Amino acid sequence: MSVRKPPLFLARRSYRRRRLRDAARLLPVFGGFLVFLPILWAPAETGSRDTAPDGIYLFAVWAGLIVVAALMSVGLDRGSAEDAAGTEDEA
Amino acid sequence: MPFNLLVLACVAYVILLFMVAFAVERRAAAGSARWLRSPLVYTLSLSIYCTAWTFYGAVGYAARSGLEFLTIYLGPTLVFIGWWWVLRKLVRIGRQQRVTSIADLISSRYGKSNLLGVIVTVIAVVAATPYIALQLQSVTLSFEVFATAATEGWAPPDQGSTAIWVAAGLALFTILFGTRNLDANEQHTGIVTAIAVEAVVKLVALLAVGIFVVWGLAAGPADIIARINASPISDWQLQPGRWVGLTLLSAAAVMTLPRMFQVLVVENADERHLATASWAFPLYLMLMSLFVVPIAVVGLQLMPAGANPDLFVLTLPLSQGQGGLAMLAFLGGFSSATSMVIVAAIALATMVSNHIVMPVWLRLRPASAVSGDVRRIVLMARRLSIAGVLALGYAYYAVSGGSAALAAIGLISFVGVAQILPAMLGGIFWRGATKAGAALGLTLGFAVWSYALFLPSFGPDAVISARVFAEGPWGIGWLRPQALFGVQGMDPLLHALFWSLVLNATAFALGSIVTFPSPLERVQGAAFVNVFDADTTAPQGWAPGRAEPEALLVMAQRILGEEPALSLFESAARAQGKAGYLPDPTAQFIEGLELRLAGSVGAATAHAMISQLVGRATVTVEDLMAVASEAAQIKEYSTRLEAQQVEVTRTARALREANEKLTKLSVQKDAFLSQISHELRTPMTSIRAFSEIMMEGDMPQSVTAKHAGIIHDEAIRLTRLLDDLLDLSVLENGAVQLNLDLSNLSEMLDRALRAASHTRPDRTFTIERDLLAEAVFLRTDADRLVQVFINLISNARKYCDAAQPVLRISVRHKAGRVTVDFIDNGSGIANDSQALVFEKFARLTDQNRAGGAGLGLAICREVMANLGGTIAYLPGQGGAAFRVTLPLRLEKAA
Repeated sequence: MSVRKPPLFLARRSYRRRRLRDAARLLPVFGGFLVFLPILWAPAETGSRDTAPDGIYLFAVWAGLIVVAALMSVGLDRGSAEDAAGTEDEA
Repeated sequence: MPFNLLVLACVAYVILLFMVAFAVERRAAAGSARWLRSPLVYTLSLSIYCTAWTFYGAVGYAARSGLEFLTIYLGPTLVFIGWWWVLRKLVRIGRQQRVTSIADLISSRYGKSNLLGVIVTVIAVVAATPYIALQLQSVTLSFEVFATAATEGWAPPDQGSTAIWVAAGLALFTILFGTRNLDANEQHTGIVTAIAVEAVVKLVALLAVGIFVVWGLAAGPADIIARINASPISDWQLQPGRWVGLTLLSAAAVMTLPRMFQVLVVENADERHLATASWAFPLYLMLMSLFVVPIAVVGLQLMPAGANPDLFVLTLPLSQGQGGLAMLAFLGGFSSATSMVIVAAIALATMVSNHIVMPVWLRLRPASAVSGDVRRIVLMARRLSIAGVLALGYAYYAVSGGSAALAAIGLISFVGVAQILPAMLGGIFWRGATKAGAALGLTLGFAVWSYALFLPSFGPDAVISARVFAEGPWGIGWLRPQALFGVQGMDPLLHALFWSLVLNATAFALGSIVTFPSPLERVQGAAFVNVFDADTTAPQGWAPGRAEPEALLVMAQRILGEEPALSLFESAARAQGKAGYLPDPTAQFIEGLELRLAGSVGAATAHAMISQLVGRATVTVEDLMAVASEAAQIKEYSTRLEAQQVEVTRTARALREANEKLTKLSVQKDAFLSQISHELRTPMTSIRAFSEIMMEGDMPQSVTAKHAGIIHDEAIRLTRLLDDLLDLSVLENGAVQLNLDLSNLSEMLDRALRAASHTRPDRTFTIERDLLAEAVFLRTDADRLVQVFINLISNARKYCDAAQPVLRISVRHKAGRVTVDFIDNGSGIANDSQALVFEKFARLTDQNRAGGAGLGLAICREVMANLGGTIAYLPGQGGAAFRVTLPLRLEKAA
C-alpha cells in the first residue's frame, strides 16, 4: 500500500548513461590494479610454487574484465548512437 | 609428413587467401560488402597484434620466463577495455581527418608538418624491420622443422632461399591487394577480410594444439596444474619492474604500432565496431594465451633437452605423430607471420610514399602537382615501398642470421614505436602541444632507443664496441649505453624504456611549452582535441577565389582517378547551385577537397599540393570581413524588420485616427442634414403661411402687397441659401473652375468694399487702408478672392458692435506669400468660439440679426483652400480679426 515516490531525477536515462561512461573510464584503472596485484604477492616467502595459482588468478581477472566490458559496451554503444541521433535528454 | 605435401598445402592456403581477398574486393566494388565490414571482421583483423611472435614465441617466452609473457596481452586488454579514453578519440579523429597512417596522424595534428611525418616514418621503419625479419625467420624455422622431419624424398632447401621465397610471395600479395586502388579512405577490404580468415586459422590452430596437449598428452586441467607446479617454469619469480613496465609497454605499442594503427583506425569502417572490439579483442587475446603455459610445460617435459621452445607448438604434435595437427599448427604460424607482414608492409609503404617519396618528388618537380600523373606515381611509390620494406626485412634477417630469440626482437621493436606515444597522446589531449616539442621528443626518444637498446641488441662489437659498453663513449661513464646517467643494475630493456620515454616526454612537454605554434597547428590542435564537440571542422583558412577550379579538377583527377574526381566536383557544384563540373573554389570546397586528397596521399602532401594552386594558407582579412558582413547583413535585416514593425504601428494609428474622424464626420453630416432641413423649413413655413392668408382674399391691397413682399424676401433667402450650399459643395469637392489672372490687390479691395457697402448701409464705417502696400499684383482668381473679401467686410459691418466702427485692412507680403488682415474694433469673438466660426451654420449671435445662413465663413475657408491659401482668426487684435494668406503667384493648373 506504499505510495510510490516520484523519481528524483527526471532525465534518468541520460544520467545513467553518463555514469556508465564514468564506469567505462574507471574500468581500465581497476583492471590495472588487479593485474598489478600479484606484484605484492610475489615476494611472499611461502615457497616459489605459485605459478599455477597466479596464472589462474590472472585468467580469472582477465575473463571478468572481458565480461564487464562486454556488458558495458552494449550500453555505451547504444548511448553514443542515441547521442548521434540527437535525442540527448528525452526526460 | 612429406615435405612436398607441406609446400602444396601452403600454396593451396595462399591461393585460398587470394580468392577470399579477390572475391571480397569484387563484392565491395559492387557495393554489397556491408556484412563483410562487421564488428566481427574488425575484431579479427585486430588480431594481427598476435604475430608469429605470439604463435611460436609466447611458448618459448613462457618456457624461459614463466607468466611474464602475459604482460604482452594484458597491456592491450587494459587499453581496449578502456576504449572510452583513447581509442574512441583516435578512431573519431582518424575518420574525421581521413588519416592514412600513424605518421599522417602526427603530421596532421602538428600543422601538417612533413618533418614530423618523416621522423615517425623513420622510427616506424627502423622498428618494424627487425619485426618483419622475425616473421620471415619464424616461417623459415617452421619449414625447417618439417624438412628435417621429412623421411623421404625432398632435400630441405637452405634457409636463405625459403626466406627469400616467402618475402617475395608476401610482397606480391601485398602489392596486388594493397595497391589496387588509391581510394579515399585508404581502406583495403579484401586484405582485411583475408586477415580475418587468417586470424580464425591461427586461433583454431593454437586452441587445437592446446586442447591436444591438455586432454591428449596430459590428463586434463588438474594434471596440467600439477605438471606446472613440478616444472622448472615455476622457478620463475615475478619481477615487479618488468611486470609493470612490460604491461605498460605493450599497452603503448598496441596504439602506436603502425600495423595496429592501420587496422584499428585506418581500416575502421564504423566507429561502433570499436564497442564490440573493446571486449572481443581481449577475449581473442585471452584465448590465444590460454594454452601457452600448458604447451610450454608439456613441451619441456616431453621434448629432448636443447629443443627450441619457440617451436614447441609445431614440434610437440609432430613428435607425437600428429601430422595433421602439426600441419594445422604450421598454417596457424604461417598465417600469423603473413598477416602481420602484409599489414605492416602496407602501413609502412603508405607512410614512406606519403611522407618521403611524394614530398621529395614534389620538391623536385613542383609543376607536376598539376601536370604530372600523380596517381601513377603514388601507386608506383607505394609498390616500391612495399618491396623495399620486405627487402629490408629480408636483409636484416640475412645479416643477423636469424639467431636471436624471437621475444627479444619483438620487445625491442615495441620500445621503438612506443616513442610515438607522447606526441600522439599529447596531440589528442593537449592543445598546447607544438610541432617543435613533438619533433624534439620524438628525435630524442628515438636516439636514446637506438643508442641504449637497438644498437646494443646486435651484441658487443657489432655496432657499438665492447669498450663503450664497459666505459662509455670517450670514457664518460654516465653515458654507457646500458647504464645511462649512472642508473645501473636495471634490466637493459627497462632501462632503455625508462630513459627513452622519460627524456622523450620531457623534451616534448618542455619544447611545447617554450615554443609558439603556427596558426595551422593551433587550428589542427583544436580540431583534434575537441573532436567530439559538434561541428569542429575548423576553417582551414584557404583564401577563396585564387585557385582555378579547372586546375584543381585536373589535380584531383590525377590523384583520385577520373570518375571519382568528376563526381566529387559535380556534386560540389550542384551543392553550390551550379550546373556542370566546376564549382566555385570557395574555402569550404577547397577544404573538403584537401581532406579527400589527404585520404589518398596524406595530410602534409595534400596540403602542399593544394598550397601550390591556392597560395598561402592564412585566414585573410577578407575572410574576416566576409564573416563580419554576414553578421552585419543579419543585423540589417532585423533592423529592417523593426522599421517595418514601426511603420505598421504608425499605419494602424493613422487608420484609427481616420476612423475616428470618419465617425465624427458622420455625426457632423447628420447634424448638417438636420440643420439644413431646419434652415429650409423656416422660410418655407412663412411662405406657406402668408400665401394661405392671401388665398383667402378680401384683404386690403396694402396688406396683400406687404404679404407678397414677405413671401418674396423669404424666397430670395431660400435661393441664397441654396446658392450658398451649391457653392460650398462645389468648393468642397475641389471641382471649382479657377480663372487665374493678374490682378491688383488694391482694386480687388475697392470692389469688395463697394459691394459690401450694401450690407447694413445705415452704418458708417471708417476704413483704414495702406494703399502703398496694397499696390501688388497677384496671380489668382480675382472674383473668388473678392468674394472672400466681401464676406469678411460684410461680417464686420454686421457684427462690429463698436459705436464708431473702424475696419483696418493691412497687407504684408513675405517670401512669396501675401497676408491680408481685416481687423475691426468690435468686441471680437470669444475664445472658445474662435474654432467654430469656420464651421457650417455656425452663428454666434441670434439668427435674425445675422440674416445669413451661416455658411459665409465656411465658403471662405473652402475658397482659400482652393486658391492655395488659408484663412484664420487672429486673436488678440483688439477686435474681430481675420487673416487671409495666399500665394503671390498661384501656379495651379486649373
